[in-house]
Amino acid sequence: MHTDTHTGLDAPRGIWWKPAHKTEKMWVGIAFGWCMVLFAMMPLWHLRGGQNPSGIRRKVDPQAFYARTQEFIKEYQVGEDRGMPIVAPPPGAEVYLTAMAFQWTPILQLQKGVQYTIHLSALDVNHGFSLYPLNVNFQVVPGYDYGLRMTPTEAGDFRIICNEFCGIGHHLMLGRVIVVDAPQVGLAGGAR
Amino acid sequence: MSAAVFRTCPITGRRIDAQAEGLIKANAVVAVVSLLVGAIAAVMLVLTRWQAVHLLPADWFYRILGVHGMSMLIFFVIFFEMAVLYFASTVLINARQVAPKTGWAAFGLMVGGALLVEAMMWGGKADVLFTSYVPLRAHPLYYLGIILFAVGALIVTILFLANLVVGKREGAYQGSVPLVTYGALAADIIAIITLLHGAAIYIPTFLWSLGLMHVDPQVYRMVWWALGHSSQQINMAAMVSIWYMLGALTIGAVVLNEKISRSAFVLYVLFISMASAHHLLVDPGMGSAWKVVNTSYFMYMAVLASMIHGFTVPAGMELGQRLRGVGTGLFGWLTRAPWGDPGFSSLVLSVVVFGFVGGITGVAIGTEQINIIVHNTLRVPGHFHATVVSGTAMAFMGATYYLIPLVFRRRVAFWTLARWQPYIFAGGMFVMVMAMTFAGSFGVPRRHWDISFSQAPFDLQFSPAVDVLLAIMAMGGLVAATGAFAFVAIAVKSVFFGEPLGEVTPGRAMVGVPQGITHPPAHAPDVDARNAELHAASRGIWGPAPGTLALVGIFLLAFVLYYFVNWKVLSFVWKIG
Repeated sequence: MHTDTHTGLDAPRGIWWKPAHKTEKMWVGIAFGWCMVLFAMMPLWHLRGGQNPSGIRRKVDPQAFYARTQEFIKEYQVGEDRGMPIVAPPPGAEVYLTAMAFQWTPILQLQKGVQYTIHLSALDVNHGFSLYPLNVNFQVVPGYDYGLRMTPTEAGDFRIICNEFCGIGHHLMLGRVIVVDAPQVGLAGGAR
Repeated sequence: MSAAVFRTCPITGRRIDAQAEGLIKANAVVAVVSLLVGAIAAVMLVLTRWQAVHLLPADWFYRILGVHGMSMLIFFVIFFEMAVLYFASTVLINARQVAPKTGWAAFGLMVGGALLVEAMMWGGKADVLFTSYVPLRAHPLYYLGIILFAVGALIVTILFLANLVVGKREGAYQGSVPLVTYGALAADIIAIITLLHGAAIYIPTFLWSLGLMHVDPQVYRMVWWALGHSSQQINMAAMVSIWYMLGALTIGAVVLNEKISRSAFVLYVLFISMASAHHLLVDPGMGSAWKVVNTSYFMYMAVLASMIHGFTVPAGMELGQRLRGVGTGLFGWLTRAPWGDPGFSSLVLSVVVFGFVGGITGVAIGTEQINIIVHNTLRVPGHFHATVVSGTAMAFMGATYYLIPLVFRRRVAFWTLARWQPYIFAGGMFVMVMAMTFAGSFGVPRRHWDISFSQAPFDLQFSPAVDVLLAIMAMGGLVAATGAFAFVAIAVKSVFFGEPLGEVTPGRAMVGVPQGITHPPAHAPDVDARNAELHAASRGIWGPAPGTLALVGIFLLAFVLYYFVNWKVLSFVWKIG
């Protein structure tokens, strides 16, 4: 029996390029419009929004980046916590943070409301920068410098979780970021 | 022309080539074995991430996580897809299997490759997880195993095309292929694109592991994801084809409009590969323009395709029911549907969880800026378990309930269990996915052995809610794994020790035979008149499928809400640029 209706298991007879019912056309139109909204939101957020993963991006030799981090530490170190240097860069400074199996170097002490350019890179394998409890996440790739302009909007004692598998000690890899209210000189307290 | 041996299916009247049947069976069986391995791994994983239980030691947790990913995302789904490709290019179009020996050679390559990969992983020679991001290094044989597997799969994708071409030339079918085969063709083309990317990344990585060349970590991530994500798009195209197939088999779903459905498949082929850019949204190697252009899938054309199928699949089901006079009112077609037919319940659960949970979360977290609050948290596996597991795997299971009688000619074993299995599997997975999604929004990382950080240099205490969520995640995961084990038991018992199908009398229910086979959804002689009436202009914009229109309206509302809530949450974090 030949009818106008058939299932997806049957070969359609004759020409199947036929006009659709208006309900179907309407849904396609609505879906298309919504997809345009989805598309428009990203450029719009670049213009008007405050959180974009643009950053300053360039290739870098991992060893050279690590050496730059050491220089940065030497220049602005203000203290130490469990053998890890605490570094307090001046407002607007270029900040260097190296990820390696299984630590984040150094501990950063930043000021609230001040913009820093935080350069992220890895010495060995991929790592994941995840700022706790803020839940801000970036991929850290060896050989690439990701310079993100960040402005802390609240004071507190933050952690950096590594959220990209980097080896057997991955779950031990925890860093620290301290954000203070007012300009402050000298030692920051140890972690709780 | 070789002498192909055909049998005629007594139920559907289709011709089935014995060689194709053998290849379908072999690939489906290995798929189920892979599912079993993956599900055993899954149980160990959820029992480890449930911090109160914390089953595995760290090294075995990461090892088993790699096993779970490869066994499920690669071996289970791709072996099953191979079965779907053989089925759609022979049985559905009455064609013979071209070059069956090559098919068996490909099968051998895939099984050999898979065994090599499993051996390396279980032996602790490849603790690099599913993604194996360079410069994490595995044993060269691990990469070689994947290459062998991919070559085998590539051969099958070419055989699929050969079947279509030879079938056409020999007059096995006239005109266009059925929509289900058309969708499988889309899956096939996506598979070819995907596997070529696989070659482009794993051959250099293999050479790198031998110390013969350099592989850039960022280039690796980009090309690898063209394999890693795109391979899940093969699933999706195969899954949507199965939606159309199960709709047809269970309740006589009709194709609303061939043009619209087929165009949507073309959109998948053209744009879905760009979805792999979603994994690189917060990577240092690419600029914002690259990220926006690619992740908007060139203006979200693949999302559009999914939204189209999300309407046409249920609308075709609704129309199929209405044409046969089943159900009245807005949702009578649903309330009077065969919910005890595991093929039907799998279909509906697959559509609903894939669309409402997997689709909506996927688009939201795949937005360039929103990805900042999502990347590598538990929200990511939360998303893809809704798509790949509750979506694809559920649809594959539903298809199996029909393949067992139609291809294996057996009754479905443990029939009562089989009728409950889709609800157990999808229900457990839904709970797990929701718990993962909420835990992820607290910043809980994925792929992490110990979020209590008991041995880390600093303390970190997640909200107590996270402990509860991870426990719920584990329980949902255990329920879903129970559903997976039930499926494996049903499939293995049916195929190897099952009762022969025997005589099917239309209209008489049989234990172990889905309702769509014992009660084929046939249309009344006046179906054309009914169809015209349902399409009449007097029905206004609600048209032939008003219930579906209401449902997609709710879907769109949920989508818009979830999407903008995520932007709002993003706006609360530090200023970043």
